[in-house]
Amino acid sequence: MPIIEYIDAIRLAMKEEMERDPEVFVLGEDVGLKGGVFGTTKGLQQQFGESRALDTPLAESAIAGVAIGAAMAGMKPIAEMQYSDFMFPATNQIISEAAKIRYRSNNDWSCPVVIRAPIGGGVFGGLYHSQCPESVFFGTPGLKIVAPATAYDAKGLLKAAIRDPDPVLFFENKKCYRLVSDEVPDEDYIVPIGQSRVMREGSDLTVIGYSLPLHFAMQAAEELAREEGVEAHIIDLRTLQPLDRDGILAAAAKTGKVIIVHEDNKTGGVGAEVAAMIAEELLYELDAPIRRVCGPDVPAMPINPPGEKHFLLNKEKLKAAMLEMARY
Amino acid sequence: MSNRDSRHEALGLTDAQVVAMYEMMQLARRYDERGQLLQRAGKINFHISGITQEPSQVAMAFAMNTETDWFLPYYRDYGLVLSVGMTVKELMLSVFAKEEDPNSAGRQMPGHFGCRRLRIVTGSSPVTTQVPHAVGLALAAKMRGEPSVSIVSFGDGSSNQGDFHEGCNFAGVQKLPVIFVCQNNGYAISVPFSKQSAGRIADRAIGYGFPGFRVDGNDPLEVYRVVKEARERAVAGEGPTLIEIMTYRVTAHSTSDNDLAYRTKDEVDHHRAKDAIPMLRDYLTGLGLWSDDREDELKQRQRAIIDEGQAYAEKASFQSPEDSVRYVYAEEEGGR
Repeated sequence: MPIIEYIDAIRLAMKEEMERDPEVFVLGEDVGLKGGVFGTTKGLQQQFGESRALDTPLAESAIAGVAIGAAMAGMKPIAEMQYSDFMFPATNQIISEAAKIRYRSNNDWSCPVVIRAPIGGGVFGGLYHSQCPESVFFGTPGLKIVAPATAYDAKGLLKAAIRDPDPVLFFENKKCYRLVSDEVPDEDYIVPIGQSRVMREGSDLTVIGYSLPLHFAMQAAEELAREEGVEAHIIDLRTLQPLDRDGILAAAAKTGKVIIVHEDNKTGGVGAEVAAMIAEELLYELDAPIRRVCGPDVPAMPINPPGEKHFLLNKEKLKAAMLEMARY
Repeated sequence: MSNRDSRHEALGLTDAQVVAMYEMMQLARRYDERGQLLQRAGKINFHISGITQEPSQVAMAFAMNTETDWFLPYYRDYGLVLSVGMTVKELMLSVFAKEEDPNSAGRQMPGHFGCRRLRIVTGSSPVTTQVPHAVGLALAAKMRGEPSVSIVSFGDGSSNQGDFHEGCNFAGVQKLPVIFVCQNNGYAISVPFSKQSAGRIADRAIGYGFPGFRVDGNDPLEVYRVVKEARERAVAGEGPTLIEIMTYRVTAHSTSDNDLAYRTKDEVDHHRAKDAIPMLRDYLTGLGLWSDDREDELKQRQRAIIDEGQAYAEKASFQSPEDSVRYVYAEEEGGR
């Protein structure tokens, strides 16, 4: 099976869906001739023409709002937000409109839009090219939210998002674009929205997370197995909304010791809901207090290298937390 | 067809059409008056009025094609939605918030229109969000090679939202078949137009690279002409048009507002005297197309329609609490 980069998985998902369905198109700033500031839409305008890889004015609310209108007409738009930090002007369109169109019309209308946005730091992007805005949208009924960690999942989840009848926010991790490569089959497949995946089997502690930090957890787990004989059980949520309740509970019950990991800041993050879910369902099966290892509660990470490093999660931070949990 | 010189014939409207427009304006007016009465009588919780704006709303709708076009009304657009095919009974079901309400099954406040069958696009309360939607529907039409034109209306207050600017600008760049209609009724709740904008809304079109027109809302035939021409340009691939309809809100913002806290009765009366409905009636009467007898007959007929709709809606069921939590997402696999 070919090994491809995370960014190519995203690009190929769009390319193949555009080949499959003429109603699929992509719109956003710089998505056309340039192929996106990161290159996620490279070659799409050359293959599908200007109208299906549409360069838009620099106006995020219109990018989302126009995509929503086209989706209500039955098209399958993929709206690209250049950085997730810049999607806040579109928040009203996403939360007041896309999320509520089916519900408010009693199922008369629907909004099959995909909104893609790169999240995460570690690229010296400073406060406004590094954020993880998941928690702003998380908990909004009517939205689905996915955040893949691997190339395989990025391709399969994006295809599932495009084919989904409801609005899906697709949070791709910009640090993963070229850092992460894995096996991706040539043939068509989807990764169903709403299903977590066990990344690593273990019996000493459970790590639950999504996106980039899972790779640090995996590296830490390998070292802990080698050095300490500690076996971590790791699951990738993959979908943040709806959360895979069964998958989360099974993973927590397996070891009774849970660490939740995400780069988005701790307070009010997805991890809070995961922890609450576990506490509601199986508090008495826990052998240790649930621990969240997340970004600190500051507005966003600084650009200076020590500041950025301090903000971000890494293998060492996770390894220490995991060992402590295993020994609890 | 007679050979007399009449404005509506010059616009391509038949006698029957102009009479139908008049009747529709009266229907919207009477429905609206009943809505206010029902709220004051405590039978419904809320009503929001479009009185004196109906003539231009009806004219807008008559200039469009209900088979192909998309309609994105705002909350005062009773004249528009009735002309497009929504019935008084359906509006009554909405104002009583009953399950059979085609707009939302009684989920949304009245005035939040939406009906896929009638190509009326679902709307919300944060104003102006419908403007980019109209542009998106027009983009879809252009990509598919369909002859649809989107017509979107909004108030003068809305013209200051970013979504107005972003939507107009996008449509201008892509030369999309959209008609942006600002119903400038002089107030955004209590804030007069003079404190909303230092310029003319129609003039903003220049900045977007397409034509903008200011029209007297008390002259529905002129509104019809301007919208019809805008539609012809849109269909011909010549892009969007911005139309600013100058009208006046004679009612309070809604049944929850006391407008005399911020304006005088004299001001309201001055504008009420310019109501287009009696003027159109005089016009039709002068041409021999209308009479007092027909007016009486219309009044009886429309009162019966409204009474019937109200009686039906009052008796109709609310959506069950169990069903009121449905349709957050598609229920069927792969459904839309």
